[in-house]
Amino acid sequence: MGYSGFRVIKEGLFGQRGWKPVWRDPEPKAEYDAIIIGGGGHGLATAYYLAKEHGLTNIAVLEKGYIGGGNVGRNTTIVRANYFLPGNSEFYSHSLKLWEGMEQDLNYNVMHSQRGLINLFHSDGQRDAFVRRGNAMINQGDDAILLDTDGVRKHLPYLDFDNVRFPIYGGLYHPRGGTARHDAVAWGYARGADQRGVDIIQNCEVTGIDIEGGVVKGVQTTRGAIKAKKVGIVVAGRSGQVAAMAGMRLPIESHVLQAFVTEGLKPIINHVVSFGMGHFYISQSDKGGLVFGGDLDFYSSYAARGNLPMKEHVMDAAMTLMPAIGKARVLRSWGGIMDMTPDGSPIIDKTPTEGLFIDCGWCYGGFKAVPGSGFSFAHLMATGQHHEPAAKFRLDRFRDGHGLMDEEGTGAQHNLH
Amino acid sequence: MRLTCPNCGERDRREFYYYGDAIALRRPAPDAVPEAWDDYLHNRKNPAGDTTDLWFHEAGCGAWLVVDRNTVTHAVHGATLAEKAKR
Repeated sequence: MGYSGFRVIKEGLFGQRGWKPVWRDPEPKAEYDAIIIGGGGHGLATAYYLAKEHGLTNIAVLEKGYIGGGNVGRNTTIVRANYFLPGNSEFYSHSLKLWEGMEQDLNYNVMHSQRGLINLFHSDGQRDAFVRRGNAMINQGDDAILLDTDGVRKHLPYLDFDNVRFPIYGGLYHPRGGTARHDAVAWGYARGADQRGVDIIQNCEVTGIDIEGGVVKGVQTTRGAIKAKKVGIVVAGRSGQVAAMAGMRLPIESHVLQAFVTEGLKPIINHVVSFGMGHFYISQSDKGGLVFGGDLDFYSSYAARGNLPMKEHVMDAAMTLMPAIGKARVLRSWGGIMDMTPDGSPIIDKTPTEGLFIDCGWCYGGFKAVPGSGFSFAHLMATGQHHEPAAKFRLDRFRDGHGLMDEEGTGAQHNLH
Repeated sequence: MRLTCPNCGERDRREFYYYGDAIALRRPAPDAVPEAWDDYLHNRKNPAGDTTDLWFHEAGCGAWLVVDRNTVTHAVHGATLAEKAKR
């Protein structure tokens, strides 16, 4: 069943009674060709592209909770391709291209809004670094425009440009960056996968992974055993627990990242603004709430909620950047569980177990990667070959130190990202 | 979150720098196989529940602490001085 403007008007005239659930609620079968553990954005996108690009339709997505209930519904919805290092650069570039075709591809309104992203800088040295990053983005085929102070002022007149500690020297403008409606991305991929025959099984927690002679045979779940020739682990926030079922220890520590939203306000922020010196970024949702966040709390946590010191720090940064925000009232705050890798970059790879694949380690940047991660992980699971844009996301790069992608340049060590 | 430093008593979390899993106290022998170093430096049990990790009392006595706490509830069970911890 497709969506169209005509359909919206028709349903409006007849009391909205014609809408139906957009994916089935099937019982798990005894066996599938492939199982995806984790029905978040990445898992659903993987299932969708397995079906669409590789014709694999006898597959199931196993979700322990409900679709849209994990990190895909807890992030701050930023979509961008402004990475610097080889590996990340081509991957996020590919992912952004998939974003740009997503709504037509899925026939689903994910409210993708390329409102532009501006990274601010506050010193000559930082300007040089952003010139270099902008050139890397342009070389990758993406867009980057260097703005001086007046250039930023035209876009963001409400900032405090003459702050004593962080005067605004300019910004790197990435016009194709923006936001999307996070839940709708999960729902759109779930619907698209379901339409192609994928079984999306909610309230089904994987409790064990069956391995015989080094080959994966299936999984144990709270709804019984399910056999499969291939199993993909895509469980951001619980990667360590699920990998342990296959006898693996991952180069991942789970941390909490907090986010905040204010009451709905009239339009003020038309872009995504990133204030790196304050570890702060902000955008305005279509409902009017100012959505903003900061850095990790910096201790390992699965609590999905943070502590007060980081809240205070984020509010400080907000007031430093745009004092007008002091008039707004914070409606709520929450935390998400981040898979932090030592170098701050993700992992899409095979595991030592044949037929078992893993997609994890998205740190604090998983949302924008949803389509690219799903596409590349589906490619790896279907063909056994790494998809070129994600070929550098190897699991073993930490062991041999080759191909580390430390985007922040702080060192490939756990407590530094 | 507040941590109880054996030297200074209960203190605000902001006085402490977080290092990570206490596996850092179990450094492999210099001639250990590369896998042992990989496990030491990178691979983590990363438990959802009770964990033991290292904190530095940066804005206090300057001691390294081994802290037992829970990653799901943020409850802190106790802390000992790293210099007295069994290696």
